[in-house]
Amino acid sequence: MSSVSQTFMKFFRGASGPETIPAQGSQKLTRRSSGLGELSRTWESAENLCVLDLGSTSPANIRHFTEHGHRIYSEDLLTASTDPELLTKDEQGNAVLDSRKFLADNLVYPAAHFDFILCWNLPDYLDESLVKPVVGRLWSVLKPGGMLLAFFHTRDAGPDSPCHRFHIIGADTLEMQKIVLRREARRGPTGAVHTAISDGFQLQRVFNNRHIENLFRDFASIKFFLARDNVREVLVVR
Amino acid sequence: MSTPASSLAQIGKSVVIKGELSGSEDLYLDGQVEGSIALKGNSLTVGPNGQVKASVDAKGVVVQGKLEGNIQASDRVDLRKSAIVTGDISAQRISIEEGAFLKGKVEIQRTDAK
Repeated sequence: MSSVSQTFMKFFRGASGPETIPAQGSQKLTRRSSGLGELSRTWESAENLCVLDLGSTSPANIRHFTEHGHRIYSEDLLTASTDPELLTKDEQGNAVLDSRKFLADNLVYPAAHFDFILCWNLPDYLDESLVKPVVGRLWSVLKPGGMLLAFFHTRDAGPDSPCHRFHIIGADTLEMQKIVLRREARRGPTGAVHTAISDGFQLQRVFNNRHIENLFRDFASIKFFLARDNVREVLVVR
Repeated sequence: MSTPASSLAQIGKSVVIKGELSGSEDLYLDGQVEGSIALKGNSLTVGPNGQVKASVDAKGVVVQGKLEGNIQASDRVDLRKSAIVTGDISAQRISIEEGAFLKGKVEIQRTDAK
């Protein structure tokens, strides 16, 4: 696993700001999602729900929810976490991300605002210093009884598991697209804009079931779905 | 990439405006605007070089550049693949190209069927 500083060096060397884009020519994979299926049963029978999607901007997801008459909020937290201004040092002098600044700029919503939160694989790729503060904020912006869906890799997935963005294409079906980072570089001597592309986000850790239960210990209930692709889907209820 | 039609009012990429911008014709904006934009009954296109920090109220809004502020459209909003939008969007229809970035809410206004 790369350290915070290594990750930042990779993302920001000479960069003005990263954006996530699907890998060029990347194959889109589809997967069944039991957790999504369970959520879908609720949002397909209700109206005017409030949904927070924490993945990369997905036209498919926005279309899915607006067609059902719901409001959707899109906020790409993983990309936001690569803001170089977040980099600071802890008491031991280790490079960490400033979680207070991060939460001052992101996830700024009224308490108990959302019926559903789609976390996707965010906790697996988010920097360690942000995971618990972010989950705490998610608890506070979720309505009592509201549900949150998150995906966690199992150890069998391996450390190089690519980070995907998720598009809802059916009640229990997702399309997965590998994420790479695009950085707008400076103009070259000819005036042409050079764009650097780096690999996507790296898996930061593998949570076991106990870690996951601890992470969501403030929530009322937690349900695990073990998928075939070395991913555990977790559905938690506030 | 679409280019502005000759009949459109245009704000070029070297133009910087701070304040309230209003009008009764379609507008192509490739410069910088900070404040508010009201084009009720008409459309706004933010070109690829456009950088807008303003609330927008228009019939239709097309974004190819950067827009920071809420968008209220009585008809439709199109976010093209180069769009970077931070703000809430309220419209009757919305189209988002793959690659567009949005941080904010999307709410579709419903018209009552007669």
